[in-house]
Amino acid sequence: MTTTTAAAPVRRPDPAQRRNGRRRRSRDRRLSVALLGQRWLVLLLAVVVGVGMLLPFYLLVTNAFKSGADYSRRGPLALPAEWTLSAFERYLSSVDYPQLLANSVLIAGVVAVGGVVLAMLSAYALGIGRVRGRTWVVFVLLLATILPQEALIYPLFSGAQAVGLQNSVWSVVIIFVVLQAAFGTYLLSSVLGTFPHEMLEAARVDGANRWVLLTRIVTPIMRPTMSVLLVFFFVWTWNEFFIPMIMLITPKAQTIPIALAALKGQNTLDVTQLAAASLLSLLPTLVFFFLFQRTLTRGVTAGAVK
Amino acid sequence: MTATTPPRARPRPAPAHRPRRPVSYWAYLLPMGVGFGLIVLVPFAVNVWYSFFSWKGGAAPRTWVGLENYRELLQDDVFWRSFGNTLYLIGAVAVVPTVIGLVLAALLFDHIGRSFGARAASVLRAAYYLPQILPIAVAGVLWSWILETRDGALNSVLRSLGVTTLPDWLGDPGIALWSIMLMLVWLQIGYPVVVLMSALQRVDPELYEAAELDGAGWWRRFRAITVPHIRTDIYVVVLTATIGAMKLFAPVLILTKGGPESSTYVPSFFSYRNFFELSRVGYGAASATVLAVVIGLVAGGLIFWQARSVEADR
Repeated sequence: MTTTTAAAPVRRPDPAQRRNGRRRRSRDRRLSVALLGQRWLVLLLAVVVGVGMLLPFYLLVTNAFKSGADYSRRGPLALPAEWTLSAFERYLSSVDYPQLLANSVLIAGVVAVGGVVLAMLSAYALGIGRVRGRTWVVFVLLLATILPQEALIYPLFSGAQAVGLQNSVWSVVIIFVVLQAAFGTYLLSSVLGTFPHEMLEAARVDGANRWVLLTRIVTPIMRPTMSVLLVFFFVWTWNEFFIPMIMLITPKAQTIPIALAALKGQNTLDVTQLAAASLLSLLPTLVFFFLFQRTLTRGVTAGAVK
Repeated sequence: MTATTPPRARPRPAPAHRPRRPVSYWAYLLPMGVGFGLIVLVPFAVNVWYSFFSWKGGAAPRTWVGLENYRELLQDDVFWRSFGNTLYLIGAVAVVPTVIGLVLAALLFDHIGRSFGARAASVLRAAYYLPQILPIAVAGVLWSWILETRDGALNSVLRSLGVTTLPDWLGDPGIALWSIMLMLVWLQIGYPVVVLMSALQRVDPELYEAAELDGAGWWRRFRAITVPHIRTDIYVVVLTATIGAMKLFAPVLILTKGGPESSTYVPSFFSYRNFFELSRVGYGAASATVLAVVIGLVAGGLIFWQARSVEADR
């Protein structure tokens, strides 16, 4: 991918191994031909799957740049007869895209930062402080990940109304800071459980109290893990659907994905406009994906295995 | 242990004479505790409380009906059907993608990675992973158009291949659920691929070399080395994907709204509809509570089963 072009060291099989392989293969030519064929067959298979995965994206891009007439004449599969921005113009004139973008960025951004800070505080108590009953605390926090949002939504919905936060992005922010931080606590505390003890002791001997320990010693060392978590919280929150859909009713408060689903629900079936809208809705995540591809793949594994 | 005050090496210019008690670590847990109580524990308890009432929501009168909502759920065919559908979705989200993803990860890692370079493997991995970062609303809108009967992309392909009786992918009760499953497999495959590929990096390469020298083919190595060594990771993928499948909501809302003939109902959609469309808050709360309990039991069961199989290995 584009982000990995610069100075990515291409790992080659070690030369001795290759030489060995070559000698063995020269001993049996038929086997070598079979192996070579098999190698390419496997690659072909993997590429076919990859193309299949990317096909919907291809459809999205090509149809977003078609005119409505072109679409109805030549169908969804043809390339645009003429690349046009008219579908984008129609979408942008029907919604306040800058407002939606601002809402999405605000929600995902505040949740990402707030979630990481909150998770770090509690993970510090659990992983470094080793408070009594920490296994249970983590277990209870994991309920936030396990419970279906449906089992929380109605009380949250009426609660937001009661405190005057209905239809406000802040209701969504507060909810997701806690939900994401609960998972983040689980992750960070298990990483902090293996924190080098000598470093903490040294700092304590120098008179650092717990707050100084957290802010000057632990946080700087944990920064890589925290930034992975930050990226993840951002993307997850950006993509959230159920709770924002319930909480944010008017277009002024909605996020980009919610506005897209609402557009689809109107049943006008302007396919090219829908494609353009979808493309604009995933563009920010796509940009994010290419910027942070490595972080993301590193993060998904950290999240799964730790 | 941690409660002992740290020994002071250098005397500080002490503002107070008695040594200050350090802030307990529990204080650092306080913000999370408050937030968690307000956003998770209290709402869940209130949801359970609501489930004992007949209530249209808002300012409408709330009538205590005890377990009546639960009794009705037991006899509600749509509710049972929604749980039955969840089994299919677990297949589409947890089982099929994990099996395919495991094979793809192994092929990418020790076949393509070696023969064609790490770059080729990572480009393919990125292609598989891309659907995973899509907002679920975008994925839903995209697929509702691909699967559209009249001029959707899939049927356009079939038409150009000469198929005359085009399937009604989302409108036929017999196949609508399968259409959703198709989309979910597409959506999900990248997750096991990425997790399992990184798990494979932890397997000692010497094991493979030894097996190769002994003449073990790819399939043999896959079964004897790859799978056993990354079993924990496979298990984590299955567990998280199963929980995800049971909570699935957005694809159903966007693609079919539970139809046709309630053939694609899932439990979370059932609750949503009772809360916000049918104004049967108590009934929706009861179904949400049941779903929460079932998910809890399944998750707990899977964890218990895993713990036992780890024990048995020792």
